[in-house]
Amino acid sequence: MTEAVPSYLSPTGQEIVFLLLGAVAVGSALLVVTTRQLVHAALWLVVCFGALAGCYLVLTAEFVAWVQVLIYVGAIVVLMLFGIMLTRAPIGRSSDLDSGNRLVSALVALATAAVLVTVVIDGFRTAYTPLAAGQGAARELGASIFATWVLPFEALSVLLLAALIGAIVLSRTDIPGGSPPTAAGAAPATDGADPSGRAPDPDHTTGSQ
Amino acid sequence: MHIVYPAVVSALLFSIGVYGVLARRNTILVLMSVELMLNAVNLNLVAFDVWLADRLHSGQVLTLFVIVIAAAEVGLGLAIVLALYRNRRTVDIDRLRALAEPPPATATPEPRTGLPPATPSTAPSTAPSTASSTVREPSEVAAEVEGGRGGGQAIRRERGTP
Repeated sequence: MTEAVPSYLSPTGQEIVFLLLGAVAVGSALLVVTTRQLVHAALWLVVCFGALAGCYLVLTAEFVAWVQVLIYVGAIVVLMLFGIMLTRAPIGRSSDLDSGNRLVSALVALATAAVLVTVVIDGFRTAYTPLAAGQGAARELGASIFATWVLPFEALSVLLLAALIGAIVLSRTDIPGGSPPTAAGAAPATDGADPSGRAPDPDHTTGSQ
Repeated sequence: MHIVYPAVVSALLFSIGVYGVLARRNTILVLMSVELMLNAVNLNLVAFDVWLADRLHSGQVLTLFVIVIAAAEVGLGLAIVLALYRNRRTVDIDRLRALAEPPPATATPEPRTGLPPATPSTAPSTAPSTASSTVREPSEVAAEVEGGRGGGQAIRRERGTP
């Protein structure tokens, strides 16, 4: 973008910090996909997301960094840990976490990395931007969201509601589904809930047979 | 800040996520790898937003949207995984192959499908037929992938045949 690109051989302090955080992120991501303990994978995911939040901070995206800490580290990893706990996964070291096509997938990943890194280095070798603080503060970002991006924001809230309802419907066991009343009586999990007061099923086509 | 640095870091993160999706067997680990790929995209969005000095902050706003969509995706994915675990007692992707083509030769199901122990117990009580209660057809096995609904339909279809 600018004609005077600083040399790669004299990195600034921001670049050094970013590269260290990026190395932490990539290393912990490697540990996420190679560790043999399921819970450790979730904990290394915390390290990776924290390092990425640091990367966002260096790139002057403060609000995104804190949202990353709040949602990814605080909510998503906790959800993952709940999932690990509820599926009764082995806590200790387990040897069957990797499938048989490990070599092929490593090959595919290496090819992807080679192509992407080559293209990116070739394309953005001369791209340089000075970092000015305050570009991604909550004030600017909030003004941008609620002035320009209001419609996608509202659509996203509807999507979150749909995901919430879907998760509840998927994880409840006392919804009888499309089975007929006799089979629903024989189903194991109908603890006192009457089928008449419930919302009608979208697929009632089985009752007509 | 050279833009190459965040771009290379995000490319490496994306490749690691690709490896995790392809090589892992546990479904929750696959979800974690998908999160790694989404984070690689987020890093790219933030870096290019800073580089282009976007007045509307499209990159950072889109990063927030991607984070929200990732949260919804993880919630739904874990609900699906838990429903799967309730029905099949396993979350190994390699064993969940009931949607594959049935073996062409015989009607005996392959032993790796991981059938739930609860669903066949209701079949002999509701279906007094003698032939179909012992040998399970592969189509019936395939119909049970849908969980309770498909199982109920398979039982009813079985009862209607004699």
